[in-house]
Amino acid sequence: MSLTADEVKKIAHLARLGIDEQDVPHYAEDLSGMLELMAAMGAVDSENVPPMAHPLDLHQRLRNDRVTERNEREKFQAIAPQVEAGLYLVPKVIE
Amino acid sequence: MYNKTIAELAEGLRSRQFSSRELTLAYLERISQHQALNAFITATEDLALKQADAADAKLAAGDAEPLTGIPIAHKDIFCTDGIRTSCGSKMLDNFIAPYDATVVAKLQKAGAVMLGKLNMDEFAMGSSNETSFYGPVKNPWDLNAVPGGSSGGSAAAVAARLAAGVTGTDTGGSIRQPAGFCGITGLKPTYGRVSRYGMIAYASSLDQGGPMTRTAEDAAILLQSMAGFDEKDSTSVDRPVPDYRAGLTQPLDGLKIGLPKEFFGEGLSSEVASAIEAGLAEYRKLGAETVEVSMPNLKLAIPAYYVIAPAECSANLSRFDGVRFGYRCEAPADLTDLYTRSRGEGFGREVKRRILMGTYALSAGYYDAYYIKAQKIRRLISDDFKNALSSVDVLMGPVAPSVAFGIGEKIGNPIEMYLSDIYTIAVNLAGLPAMSIPAGFASDKPVGLQIIGNYFAEDRLLNVAHQYQLATQWHQLTPPGFE
Repeated sequence: MSLTADEVKKIAHLARLGIDEQDVPHYAEDLSGMLELMAAMGAVDSENVPPMAHPLDLHQRLRNDRVTERNEREKFQAIAPQVEAGLYLVPKVIE
Repeated sequence: MYNKTIAELAEGLRSRQFSSRELTLAYLERISQHQALNAFITATEDLALKQADAADAKLAAGDAEPLTGIPIAHKDIFCTDGIRTSCGSKMLDNFIAPYDATVVAKLQKAGAVMLGKLNMDEFAMGSSNETSFYGPVKNPWDLNAVPGGSSGGSAAAVAARLAAGVTGTDTGGSIRQPAGFCGITGLKPTYGRVSRYGMIAYASSLDQGGPMTRTAEDAAILLQSMAGFDEKDSTSVDRPVPDYRAGLTQPLDGLKIGLPKEFFGEGLSSEVASAIEAGLAEYRKLGAETVEVSMPNLKLAIPAYYVIAPAECSANLSRFDGVRFGYRCEAPADLTDLYTRSRGEGFGREVKRRILMGTYALSAGYYDAYYIKAQKIRRLISDDFKNALSSVDVLMGPVAPSVAFGIGEKIGNPIEMYLSDIYTIAVNLAGLPAMSIPAGFASDKPVGLQIIGNYFAEDRLLNVAHQYQLATQWHQLTPPGFE
């Protein structure tokens, strides 16, 4: 299994991850190497094995529905790249 | 002073042989003197001295906590309120954390003094500390060798005596392998034992924080203050924390040690194998018995890990989008350009590789073939451990197939780098606790012996490690030039 340059670009787009054009062949090669490594899993019959998502068979805890966090908007916005009037600024989305 | 263990330092502080201020100044001076190691990303001198003075006041008043006045440092993956928390990445080079990680808060409450934040592989992705935005860390035992990773700065700082003890995190071996490479003691607790709140997430079902120290006794002291239930971490386990130090003295007569034969096969360097064999011989002298066990699915741990960890990482790292915190690109043309370029410019190569791999494994048409398949393999590996640990108390083997490799030696070949984690990765998939302790040298570089225990058996692991350290001197050796 190997990945083409076009496939790498498609995945990068899905991840919203900019990669330089000249690096695409390197990523294609690296990811193909990883997929080769993973091919070993295919040889194992695991049809009746339940997938394990988590190391401990835990149930998600529930808590009372009450406010536990303080509003710290100013503190959080102080480290944001761009804010105005308490809002996070991004480039215009709607024309 | 800086050559003492945490246990000895706590004694010295209590008996007023030296003050926390004197001790803190001694470490700060060493940190500045050994900057070439690149172990620290940020030193917090002013805060450290302020905390040291507060500690001295508490010591004088006679109401000291277990760690009052002990200078420690944190891997830069733990959020520290008001202090840069970079995670080794350009993405967070400007990130001043707005809150403390639970581990940081707990250690502070126990009286520890914070010296600063430690270098690491970017977002904890790496086995050599070479993926850090802040450059590689040097191994104090050989300045041309890597300290291991991802907690490379943590391991180097303890080995070079730049801190009395430190925190690290372990997703696929990131506490144990650097501890092994730098000749120190490292403990990765059971998944859920130590809170992950405020610990920047890489692969949430695998990540676990733990102590890295000179001795097992020190690891017990630090873990005592780090462990415990935390409401703020949804996977934290609500279970009492035993008295780790009280369990250290138990003799090892009748201890049954399982040796997974897959840990001793092809790929293990013969000089590492000899050192491990000598370590096991020491355990037999202490009254333990060794038996061979088998873990047939172990070889699948690396393939399964490199699906699961990147899949989780691709989801976790989607929060770095240039909008609310962290790096933002210059003059974005539109919103997509803002996301794409901020992430493209902010992340390094290894992080991008894993985001791409994870995105691929989770994408339509490949989800079952890769992600679900890897989760099934994860179950088989976990079952292998369960079977093996049903007949023995602990498992032992090497931490890594070789001693510390050279800086630059493997960074160009990611697959080769991944394969160096063969003995540590499976433990994270199962969620078990494991340690690395110094067990001799090969080619003048430290060899780590790995001890793996059952779920929540940290007390037993620490006991097994401590008894070995009472009988051996490896953990007391200081790298030449750092005495």
